[in-house]
Amino acid sequence: MRLDCPICGSRDRREFYYQGDAVMLARPAVDAGEAAWDGYVHLRDNPAGQTRDLWQHEAGCGAWLVVTRDTVTHAVFSVQLASDVKGTTA
Amino acid sequence: MRFSGLRVLREGLTGNKGWAPHWRDAEPKAEYDAIIIGGGGHGLSTAYYLAKEHGLTNIAVLEKGYLGGGNVGRNTTIVRANYFLQGNSEFYSHSLKLWEGLEEDLNYNVMHSQRGLINLFHSDGQRDAFARRGNAMINQGDDAVLLDRDGVRKHLPYLDFDNVRFPIYGGLLHPRGGTARHDAVAWGYARGASDRGVDLVQQCEVTGIDIENGQVRGVQTTRGAIRAKKVGIVVAGRSGQVAAMAGMRLPIESHVLQAFVTEGLKPCIDHVVSFGMGHFYISQSDKGGLVFGGDLDFYASYASRGNLPMAEHVMEAGMTLMPMIGKAKVLRSWGGIMDMTPDGSPIIDKTDTKGLFIDCGWCYGGFKAVPGSGFSFAHLMATGNHHAPAAKYRLDRFRNGVGLMDEEGTGSQHNLH
Repeated sequence: MRLDCPICGSRDRREFYYQGDAVMLARPAVDAGEAAWDGYVHLRDNPAGQTRDLWQHEAGCGAWLVVTRDTVTHAVFSVQLASDVKGTTA
Repeated sequence: MRFSGLRVLREGLTGNKGWAPHWRDAEPKAEYDAIIIGGGGHGLSTAYYLAKEHGLTNIAVLEKGYLGGGNVGRNTTIVRANYFLQGNSEFYSHSLKLWEGLEEDLNYNVMHSQRGLINLFHSDGQRDAFARRGNAMINQGDDAVLLDRDGVRKHLPYLDFDNVRFPIYGGLLHPRGGTARHDAVAWGYARGASDRGVDLVQQCEVTGIDIENGQVRGVQTTRGAIRAKKVGIVVAGRSGQVAAMAGMRLPIESHVLQAFVTEGLKPCIDHVVSFGMGHFYISQSDKGGLVFGGDLDFYASYASRGNLPMAEHVMEAGMTLMPMIGKAKVLRSWGGIMDMTPDGSPIIDKTDTKGLFIDCGWCYGGFKAVPGSGFSFAHLMATGNHHAPAAKYRLDRFRNGVGLMDEEGTGSQHNLH
C-alpha cells in the first residue's frame, strides 16, 4: 500500500502511522456528555467499503492526513491534509 | 455415528464405505426458539451448549458462507489460559478446562495438544512482569513456571540466546498451553449441535433484523424471513455490519491479522514459542508446517489479506529469534478479520433490544475462547443471566469506563491493541 502525501508525494505505507477513523476530527465539547464522548472515543461505523481515516506521515513531513480508501480492496481514493479538511468542516 | 478405535479399524478393513456426513445441511424453517447468526467456532459452540446444557434444540445457526470458513479456519490454533486481569483470567481458565474435556465431550478428535507454551522475556523488567503474570495464573488455579535462561535452553536449544538487541533472559512456561486442530473444532461442534437437533443453515446471509417495540422478532435472510424471539450475533469481524441492522454502533474496528505456514518439516519445534518483543510466535503443526504470525497490519481492513510490510517484519522477527528456520520455504500466507475492541477484551452481553444478544470483540485471541465463549453465551441467551466466568465482558464498560480490561496495559482506545 502506498499513500500519496500532498506534501511529499507517493510514499510507502511504512512511513505512515495509522490513528483510526476520521471521526476523531470532530472532538466533542468537554461537557457534551457520556454518549457524545463514547461515540468519539469508542463507537465506530467500521464500514466494509469506503472509509475515511487519519494517518500521520510520521517518517516524512509529519503532516496529519485524511485518507479516503476502501477497506475491502485497499484502494486509496484521496489523501488530504487534515488541516485543510478540518478548515472546511469546522 | 460414534467414533471409536474399533470403528476406524472396521472401516479401514471395509474400504471406508461406512462413513456418513458429520452433520445435516438443513433447510431453514419459518420459526425457531433461537437463532445464532454466524457459523464459526463461537456460533457453533454456542449452539452446541444451548442444546446440551439448556435443552434448547429448536434453534438454527445461520451462516452466509460455509461452516467454519472464517477465523476458526484461519487462526494459528493456539490454546492457552495465561491471562492476568480478573475477568479475563477466570474466563480463559474455564475455557481451557472445557478444552481439556472437549474430545470426550464431542466424541471428536480435535487434536488438542498440550505441548506447553513459552513466553520469552529479554530484560529484568520483563522478567518481573512475567513473574507477576505467572503468579496470577497460579492464583487462578492454572499452571505457570518461570524459567531462567538455562531453563529455556533445555526446552528451546535452537534459539539465538545472545542476540544483541533481545538477549534471552528466560521465559514463562505454561505447560497446559498448546494447540488444537482448528477446523476439527468447528466440525466437532457442528456435529454435536446437529446431532441434538440444531439446524445448521449454510449459504444463508442475514440481511436484516426485525425488531418490534424493542423486542427482536426474527431476521431477514437471503433464504427468506425467519422468526425467533432470541437472536445471538456471533460474527467476529463482521460484527459492525450485523449490529448496524439492529441500529447499533459497536466499539469495534475490524483489522487484518496475517498468518504464515512453511512447507512440512520433520519435528523441530515442540512447543508454542512466543516472542512478544518481536511480535512473533510460532508452533509446528502435526503435518510438519511451521505455523507463525505476528501483529496486526494496523489499519482498518476487511481484505482477508495483508500487506508486505508486516510479512517482512514477521520474517525478520523469526530470523532474529531462531535463525535455524531461515531455510524453510513459506508456503502460504493469509489474513483474518479481527474484531478489535478499544481495550483488547471481548464482549458477551445483552443489547438494548430485548432478546438480542451479542458475542464479539475477540480481537486476535478468539480461537482458544471458542469453548468458553459458546458456553457463556449460551448461558446468557438461555437464562438471561451472565455466566460468572464471563460476567465482566459488558458492552457498557466503554460508555461508562467501569470495568475496562486492558490486558496489555497500553490504553483503552482503538489502535493501541
